[in-house]
Amino acid sequence: MQRAENAMHEYTAAPRIYFIIFAALMILTATTVGVSFIELGQLNLTVALAIAGTKALLVLLFFMHLIHSNRLTWIAIAGAVYFFAIMIVLTISDYATR
Amino acid sequence: MSTDHAAPAHSALRHHFDTLDQQRDASLLGMWAFLVTEVLFFGGLFLAYTIYRMSYPAAFAAGSHHLNIVLGCINTAVLIGSSLTMALAVFAAQQGNGRNVARFLLATMFLGTMFLGIKAIEWTHDYEESLIPGLAFDAKIWAHEGMPPLEAKQFAGEGELFFVLYFSMTGLHGAHMIIGMAVMAFYLRPAWHGRYSRDYYTPIEGLGLYWHFVDVVWIFLFPLFYLVGTRGSH
Repeated sequence: MQRAENAMHEYTAAPRIYFIIFAALMILTATTVGVSFIELGQLNLTVALAIAGTKALLVLLFFMHLIHSNRLTWIAIAGAVYFFAIMIVLTISDYATR
Repeated sequence: MSTDHAAPAHSALRHHFDTLDQQRDASLLGMWAFLVTEVLFFGGLFLAYTIYRMSYPAAFAAGSHHLNIVLGCINTAVLIGSSLTMALAVFAAQQGNGRNVARFLLATMFLGTMFLGIKAIEWTHDYEESLIPGLAFDAKIWAHEGMPPLEAKQFAGEGELFFVLYFSMTGLHGAHMIIGMAVMAFYLRPAWHGRYSRDYYTPIEGLGLYWHFVDVVWIFLFPLFYLVGTRGSH
């Protein structure tokens, strides 16, 4: 196959990794549902959010190819996390201390 | 690397870019920047959810128990499955297999439609059970045994707030899915006819980023709405 001189040079993941990530996401979903039936008090929310965060990270890193993305992409995402954190933390610090 | 300046530029290369690489980086950064604004778009609703859940934990748990956890689970699996088919569509595009790109996009659209269909069933049940704020909301079902009327009214109001957030957030999420699938439909034909190859498949990749983002939103919505409070003890 003849490639154009200005071809894109990027990472190509083997599809196997997508199936592995899919299986991991399914297992984590089953885990979070299972844990929701166990009485852990405040820990229930912590565990649910930790599992959701892990699932989101797997999707970002592998399905969205973040693991092979350039630094500028990471900065953009850090921006999203940073501003979202500001919004949540500052508002809660208000509500929680009234 | 050799520099064969006589090689004709790729037909997808726009004149304001030097190379396809540069064009791809710019396009994908643009998609990521859009997704950053989406994080803050959904973020406002997540913030409202956080504040009201902190304020009314009991009503949120009661509201959550009105939702069908089985359908929620099935939908989570369906949406994760659609992310898998989307990732495979991007992979097929990288391989220059246009037929498979179209097939996997169709599979993604099928699973996306299935998700919305199940959501429609859930919302129909919610309507029948009078859980639609402002339209069909029955305050009476929220009262516990021996609850003073005023307290019961307050509790029902807090539960109504749970459902306001539930319908706002799953509704906004559903709207994003409809938009995603509509955009996908436009790429089926060019994909089938071999428009995308190892050298150029940026539109499919950008579409993939958007679809996976919608999946990530649901990954958080699912535990926040379906898994509030322990179910075993109720």
